[in-house]
Amino acid sequence: MDMKTSGHPANPPLEVHDLTVAYDQKPVLWDIDFELPERSLTAIVGPNGAGKSTLIKAAMGLIPASSGYTLIFGKPLDKQRHCVAYVPQRESVDWNFPISVMDVVLMGRYPHLRLFQRPGRQDKEIAMNALVEMGMDAYHKRQISQLSGGQQQRVFLARALAQDASIYLMDEPLAGVDAATEDVIFLKLKELRDRDKTVVVVHHDLQSVPENFDRAMLLNLRMVACGPVSDVFSEKNLQKTYGGRLNILSQMIEESRQQRFVREQDS
Amino acid sequence: MDLLFEFFSLQDPNIRYVLAGTILLGVSAGALGCFAILRRRALVGDAVAHAILPGVCLAFIIAGGKDPLMLILGAFVFGLLSMVTMDFITRNSRIAPDASIGMVLSVFFGLGVVLLTFIQTTGYVDQSGLDDFLFGQAAAMIGHDVLVFGGLSLLILIIIIIVFKELKLISFDPSYARSIGYPVKRMEFLLALLMVLTITAGIQAVGVVLMASMLIIPAAAARYWTDSLRVMLLIAAGVGAMSGVTGSFISYTAPAMPTGPWMVVSAALIFALSFLLAPGKGEIARHFQKVRLSHKVACENVLKTLYAMEEEDGRTDRVRPGNELRKRRHLARRKLKKVLSTLLRKKLITWFGGTPDGYLLTPAGRKEAKRLVRVHRLWEQYLSQHLQIAEDHVHDDAESMEHLITSEIEAELRKSLGSPPLDPHKSTIPYDSDEENTDNGTTGLKSRRKGGTS
Repeated sequence: MDMKTSGHPANPPLEVHDLTVAYDQKPVLWDIDFELPERSLTAIVGPNGAGKSTLIKAAMGLIPASSGYTLIFGKPLDKQRHCVAYVPQRESVDWNFPISVMDVVLMGRYPHLRLFQRPGRQDKEIAMNALVEMGMDAYHKRQISQLSGGQQQRVFLARALAQDASIYLMDEPLAGVDAATEDVIFLKLKELRDRDKTVVVVHHDLQSVPENFDRAMLLNLRMVACGPVSDVFSEKNLQKTYGGRLNILSQMIEESRQQRFVREQDS
Repeated sequence: MDLLFEFFSLQDPNIRYVLAGTILLGVSAGALGCFAILRRRALVGDAVAHAILPGVCLAFIIAGGKDPLMLILGAFVFGLLSMVTMDFITRNSRIAPDASIGMVLSVFFGLGVVLLTFIQTTGYVDQSGLDDFLFGQAAAMIGHDVLVFGGLSLLILIIIIIVFKELKLISFDPSYARSIGYPVKRMEFLLALLMVLTITAGIQAVGVVLMASMLIIPAAAARYWTDSLRVMLLIAAGVGAMSGVTGSFISYTAPAMPTGPWMVVSAALIFALSFLLAPGKGEIARHFQKVRLSHKVACENVLKTLYAMEEEDGRTDRVRPGNELRKRRHLARRKLKKVLSTLLRKKLITWFGGTPDGYLLTPAGRKEAKRLVRVHRLWEQYLSQHLQIAEDHVHDDAESMEHLITSEIEAELRKSLGSPPLDPHKSTIPYDSDEENTDNGTTGLKSRRKGGTS
């Protein structure tokens, strides 16, 4: 079940090469290049509009990139999608959708099922265990609109857990959650790391990074720094990420947007 | 009455055909419509339904008369064409989707009307039955038509059942679906195709003008009754089938009546009933929820008033006359009576028959009243401390929030405020005496409280 490539010990779980994203009205990403090891917990931080969500969406191939590619254990993403669990932003779905908590978590089992195959008893057990891990088992029959924001986020995480992946890419899982949920999520993130997973989290709260993450990626339209928190969390790097506008770069972006120099690609 | 019997005895094979056709159509359109409304594509369905008219007319011209297979082909091609056009306009221009839907609907339909007039005026095509495609005429269906249109509905239904799991995922969370490598684009295309097919299947029975309502209304009605997608599909299918039966029956008894409008009217009737009567989500249920909530608020306010009286004179053993309560709360006599009887039943207050007669908080009632006053004052403190709202502006907000603050939120408030002793108006925030509160200076209240609980 665990698709870890023990045969390719040299290949890192996640490599992103020269990723450039351009689309109208929204900020672009320039030439992002990084790789992340096994057993790591990375926070992607940066100001609003820095392209944090765009980065993981483009890395997952959910939005078109102008250039660049993602390798998972050294192989193209499309062959390895089952080992990557993506947690979208909570706001990206309609929480009034007629579906129960259990059904959402069961979706995490879909990558393990053939097309048209229905989840079986074992899948239901795995989904239930994921709910137990997130402290949400009591809610498994609830309709999702009856959950609080923090509970909805836990359900999304439970779905990712049920997927039993090697790499977890999470888009703002801690945005707008209550204190209790925050504790549960941080605990779970560390636990995943300790189970040798590669965990990447788009995060909005700089202050909680050193305490809870071991790596950080500072992002503001381009990669400012990426590495162990103790190395990259310097006054200088943070200033570069958050301080002031990057004048020439943002001017060029504005310029290219107006002239439609970089045409968006149709997906 | 005879007609009713004649119709439902199904002796006439023609009735059997018509019923089979409309029921199958109602079922497949209802089920598929659930995905259309959940993905907010209902209007697209309407545009497609109108846009198939030129296809229908061309089929008449090419076949030189009515030929069900040609009709389906023509309708299908134009349905697809309209969908591609809408998509193309939205992608390649700054025109918003609603505008592009509106344009495609009217332009295609206009073209259809032009062709329709052309056929009617030139007369070299056998045009019998062509008008039926505007509003539908189920009674005109004969064995061969039912086989073709009903077969199409059945096919759609089978496909929905097979790909149910995939449709559910792409309707709920398309980005997750893409992230696990689902062919989302192809699935969306399949859904679009199914929608065009459903509409095509409905041209004979319901007609192009009203076909979209058979997608939308049953699904919208079904949403009121359930929170499960599977059940919603079943209910929508049932509503569709019922409308099909009603529509066919009416157009059978009065052959001049077109089927489509009657199917739509009966579906709308079921929707109206759902809107009013559905448990939990229906308007009547919601009205009673509101009444219950307002009663709860009134009860809580009376408890609070009793507690405020105790705070004022420091006496927990003095009975409070009903009149005084009524004056303070500005409650109508009848309403107050209701409130008091609820509180008595819940043993939150007791009644004493002396002179004057009146009410007294029980220990449980006092505890509850204290909780309400506490969350009220905590909320005021929170507003003034964290949101810098002036202290003379916080009361009204707290007056409504106190009825909603749960014990979890109270705990969070106290965590964030550190269980302050006083609110912004310098009133004591009453905590329960069994709690540790070293910074709480309300010893007087505490000792009285002890007397109450023992």
